[in-house]
Amino acid sequence: MAIMKATRDAYGETLVELGKENPHIVVLDADLSASTKTNGFAKAFPKRFVQMGIAEQDLMGTAAGLALAGKIPFASTFAMFATGRTYDQIRNSIAYAGVNVKIAATHAGVTVGEDGGSHQMIEDIALMRVIPGMTVIVPADFIEATAAVKAASAFEGPVYLRLGRGAWPVIFPENYNFQLGKAALVQDGDAATVIACGVMVGKAQEAAKLLADFGIKIRVLNMATIKPVDKEAILKAAKETGAIVTAEEHNVIGGLGSAVSEVLGEGWPVPFERVGIQDVFGRSGSPDELLEHFGLTAKTVADAVKRVIERKK
Amino acid sequence: MAGCKQHTPEALAEKAKVLRKHVISMLGEAGSGHPGGSLSAADIMAVLYWHELRLDVETPHWPGRDRFVLSKGHAAPILYACLAEKGYFPVEDLASLRKIDSHLQGHPDMRQTPGVEASTGSLGQGLSIANGMALAGKMDNADYRVYALLGDGELQEGMVWEAAMTSAHYSLDNLAAIVDYNRLQIDGTVQDVMGLKGVAERFRSFGWAVVEIDGHDITQILAALDLARGTKGRPTAVVAHTVKGKGVSFMEDQVGWHGQAPNAEQVQVALGELAGGKE
Ligand SMILES: Cc1ncc(C[n+]2csc(CCOP(=O)(O)OP(=O)(O)O)c2C)c(N)n1
Ligand SMILES: [Mg+2]
Repeated sequence: MAIMKATRDAYGETLVELGKENPHIVVLDADLSASTKTNGFAKAFPKRFVQMGIAEQDLMGTAAGLALAGKIPFASTFAMFATGRTYDQIRNSIAYAGVNVKIAATHAGVTVGEDGGSHQMIEDIALMRVIPGMTVIVPADFIEATAAVKAASAFEGPVYLRLGRGAWPVIFPENYNFQLGKAALVQDGDAATVIACGVMVGKAQEAAKLLADFGIKIRVLNMATIKPVDKEAILKAAKETGAIVTAEEHNVIGGLGSAVSEVLGEGWPVPFERVGIQDVFGRSGSPDELLEHFGLTAKTVADAVKRVIERKK
Repeated sequence: MAGCKQHTPEALAEKAKVLRKHVISMLGEAGSGHPGGSLSAADIMAVLYWHELRLDVETPHWPGRDRFVLSKGHAAPILYACLAEKGYFPVEDLASLRKIDSHLQGHPDMRQTPGVEASTGSLGQGLSIANGMALAGKMDNADYRVYALLGDGELQEGMVWEAAMTSAHYSLDNLAAIVDYNRLQIDGTVQDVMGLKGVAERFRSFGWAVVEIDGHDITQILAALDLARGTKGRPTAVVAHTVKGKGVSFMEDQVGWHGQAPNAEQVQVALGELAGGKE
């Protein structure tokens, strides 16, 4: 059995660790500190924690000011409110100004579950990705999230970190070497490549197992950094495996699938499909039911792989 | 004129109790959701739906109806309890709250649930929606009224105050905002999280008529809504002092019961308390 852990817990624990090492790190939250897991930092370093109340626009603006005065702010709330409500503040006060703010958004995607569509952010990758100079990271598991938080803190410039609510299988070993801007090879094969992020990396691994039963060996790439995207790895996969499927817990418009298709379209077109949410809003249900409902399963990934392989002929 | 049928304060208090029981049962079935802010609003909601609002359950989209916007959308259970008891959908549906095949979403979704006037859940947006409805009423010379229920923590959203300017600027006397002033939000008390002193004075300085009441005293709620209806030339804010989790002893004034569902045993205790004495 795989160990189950949430990426938001990795965030909370790593913040405390970083807080000890670096006195410039400050954390802001908007009345959700128990859920975003910033409450650990708040307890350990009360003077460096800023509670903003239910005021997300003010949260982002204040984070910008803190950064301009030499701090390294991590601003947190749910992905819905961290990117939707605050788009202009992120775009102008943070990114346009090139300010060193880390936006760590939890509860992204439909795996939020029962709270329903109003809280299931499926457009955040798209929103953040189109902002010039924004780095966008979607960790696939607890280990990668831990590394990504550290990398974001060391990086100079605005970063968007997309974190989840639920506990999902830990995929990577403790000594996993996360590299910002680089795709990670999860497993190799030559029949086709699945490029996945977040929760869908685990599903892609399962899909690879399903396909192996049919004698189909696929490559699985974990594209944790969606911006800047690893063009080299995408083109290499296109050339070596000849067909690509993307998989993400996000609208198929604007997210990982779009980023990969842009690279393929300009560089090396091959048969291609996007697994993701088909441009509809989420709804209430348990996380597993919702993954099934929206076709975010190993089976949908495997079926898409079979179709793109068919199109190679 | 009052919107719908006249009920005695005692009958309205009984109705509130029925609503509270639904809230507890629904959340027990769902296994997640928000009891605290649903229970604090139960008395206000009973008065709105069984006294104040002019509605036609048979024709949910009747253009002349009064509108109610639940700006604090996480209190969906209390709204669903009202709509079911009014007859917009079967009471049995309440047990499906938050389930994959239910029309009762975790937060109000007007495209799925009959009687829901606005899709809410992202805090701070409801008063603007209510303003829009009230402005349309003025444009059309319609006599319907618009009500919005806001949380006190929700008042921290800047958009609420942009909306408060709009309501006053356009003299929306066909609108009332009710603040469920239960003093708690998620990370703690409203004062500790982001101090918000003088809510009544704030609305007053924005040009609103303001009345402060005990939000669990049916007679005071009735009087406040009467006053709002009689006020001409400006909107009315009702600052309703309430207790979060009201009616269930172990939930009352407990910040931890904001967004946690009771387990089976707690459901039984809560229902027992709510049934207490009045069987
Ligand atoms: C824009 C936005 N930010 C954050 C949240 C998460 N959230 C849901 S309820 C809540 C606290 C609300 O407190 P209050 O308005 O006082 O409501 P009540 O006490 O009546 O439940 C928060 C922060 C949200 N739903 N919307
Ligand atoms: Mg409150």
